[in-house]
Amino acid sequence: MQVIQQVAFIVCLAVAAFFISRRVRRIAGNIQLGRPLSRKDRPSERLKKMLLLAFGQQKMFDKPLIGLMHFIIYAGFLLINIEVLEIVIDGIFGTHRVFAPFLGSFYGVVIGFFEFLAIGVIITCVIFLIRRNVLKIERFHKPEMKGWPQMDGNLILTIEIVLMLAILTMNAADSLLQLRGTDHYAVVGAFTFSQYLMPLMAGLDTGALIGIERVGWWLHILGIMAFALYVTYSKHLHIFLAFPNAYFSNMEPFGKFENMSTVTREVKLAMGLMEDDGADEGEAKFGAKDVTDLTWKNLMDAYSCTECGRCTEQCPANITGKKLSPRKVMMDTRDRVEEVGNYLSQGKTLAEALEMGDALYSDRYISKEELMACNTCNACVEACPVSIDPLNIIVELRRHIAMEETGTPASWNNMFANIENNMAPWKFSPSDRFNWVEELNK
Amino acid sequence: MDNSQHFKAPLMADLAAEGRTPEVLFWVGCAGSFDNRYKSVTIAFVKILNKLNVDFAVLGPEEMCTGDPAKRAGNEFLFQMQAMQNIETLNTYGVKKIVTACPHCFNIFKNEYPGLGGEYEVLHHATYLQQLIDAGLVKMQGGGEFKGKRITYHDSCYLGRANNIYEAPRKVLEQLDAELVEMKRCRTKGLCCGAGGAQIFKDAEKGKEEVHYERMNDVLEAKADVVAAACPFCMLMLTDGVKYKEKEGQIKVYDIAELVAQAEGLA
Repeated sequence: MQVIQQVAFIVCLAVAAFFISRRVRRIAGNIQLGRPLSRKDRPSERLKKMLLLAFGQQKMFDKPLIGLMHFIIYAGFLLINIEVLEIVIDGIFGTHRVFAPFLGSFYGVVIGFFEFLAIGVIITCVIFLIRRNVLKIERFHKPEMKGWPQMDGNLILTIEIVLMLAILTMNAADSLLQLRGTDHYAVVGAFTFSQYLMPLMAGLDTGALIGIERVGWWLHILGIMAFALYVTYSKHLHIFLAFPNAYFSNMEPFGKFENMSTVTREVKLAMGLMEDDGADEGEAKFGAKDVTDLTWKNLMDAYSCTECGRCTEQCPANITGKKLSPRKVMMDTRDRVEEVGNYLSQGKTLAEALEMGDALYSDRYISKEELMACNTCNACVEACPVSIDPLNIIVELRRHIAMEETGTPASWNNMFANIENNMAPWKFSPSDRFNWVEELNK
Repeated sequence: MDNSQHFKAPLMADLAAEGRTPEVLFWVGCAGSFDNRYKSVTIAFVKILNKLNVDFAVLGPEEMCTGDPAKRAGNEFLFQMQAMQNIETLNTYGVKKIVTACPHCFNIFKNEYPGLGGEYEVLHHATYLQQLIDAGLVKMQGGGEFKGKRITYHDSCYLGRANNIYEAPRKVLEQLDAELVEMKRCRTKGLCCGAGGAQIFKDAEKGKEEVHYERMNDVLEAKADVVAAACPFCMLMLTDGVKYKEKEGQIKVYDIAELVAQAEGLA
């Protein structure tokens, strides 16, 4: 029996590892579809930012109570994983609570602490479910959250509750088995919280208790494996990507938009500021129409987004009822790069894959109406707890509209013409520019 | 207070002809040059510079749009054309230090011109005024008109989130003998006036409200008598918002330079 369990465990572990690593490779490949961008400068500042934002969850505390609750889930996730290590060792070698002999009486303290976290996680997840489904917090019910995204959020919270309940059930059954001196169940004492579940099971015979303990154990570890795979398909990927995403984030002032070097070259040639060196720029593209025109960081941003909607909540366009939602920009980017990645995995070339389906800039994904509504105010960038920059994508798509498609609104075209002809965005004569001086001594 | 003072706004070209390079270039900007309301901000700031005997000049007719609205709208070509022409002018005059009352001009000089060959020390007038106050040059003991008034500061996106300048304009306002109150959305969470990203040059997309009308709700909630702005576009939007809410009698919109000039008796 024991050997069968060990073999089954190793097979499960291998299957999970296979699917997870395949999925991770796909995501890494998709992110690499983006244009190159160097984010290797200032490593120590980047490290600090990562420690503050991702490890320390700095931005989450902009909403202190939510920040605290999120921190409980986060700490629970990180620390309870130490117990997963024990579970994996036990599973492979057929041992039981392999760390107990090394830690002695301290083992009970550690498990007690994990149980404390588990209770915290359960309470927090329940509160989060209530916030989403009963209180209907507005940012969780925007149009882009209909259907799968809403389900995704609820599933994650529910799975976490089930996983934590499995640990507590397993521990309670385990404690009873220890008391009865059942073979294989090392005596480590009852645990801080699960002891209160013990009376519920006290009447059961030893066989049933072993059954419950085993089901709890398997449910917990299989649940974690399934969850790990599920995460790679869900918005929940931020638990891993928040770290690199913060590290590689933009360290320049938010107001600094990149100067396009391809444009600099053409402008210098046009103004006679440089000689044509004959260097072939190839087919220079201006701005982004599809995901491959964005940088790898834009695409990593998309995979890092957990759809919390703090960006959209702060967006002046969204607040006043316009179609633009920075969160939707990120969700669309991710959906589109996933779509392209799927075509590629079916053996299509990149050119073919991009031709199939609609481009990122299209009515199916991000429409002109959404892009035109942006104030470039950086509220979304400032709000994001994991350093996602929706504005950068919006600007790149706007560049495509303005320079490749000349599809900007007529009033903007007038503004462009005024700047070009009158050196001001309004239709005033350049020679009148200094007229204000006449009023200086009135 | 010296009302008989004759205020000057020297032109860069005239100084260059005399072989002089002023310490500071005051970049007026398009709104500061042409907009009827915002011209008074230009004048207020020039009066302050005069009073403090700052060695400054303006470009006058040689100034051009920095290209900000073009760049934010996605027209990088037009932006870089403007930038290179401006940089040529600025470099020809050997400009080292630029002060401007426009956060959009400030942002573009500070962040985007250097990459195209235009490297200058750039200050927004909020920071510049704060420095003058810190140095004890501007005292504002008068205060008079603002005594007991509630002033709220509206954060400009291109000063605040774009460049992390939140305190300088507030420090300037603290010098006034008034009560500085914050709107519920301020600093990093400040709500845009609705003009940025070249929005002021086109109609807003379909929605349920204009952004600057939404912002007026914050102003009303703060029960402010004066809304202080530090950006020409914010100024235009806020002024229009006050009009929309029919509060022109109660709420006044001023630039921080105008408030300083008034407190200094220069208005």
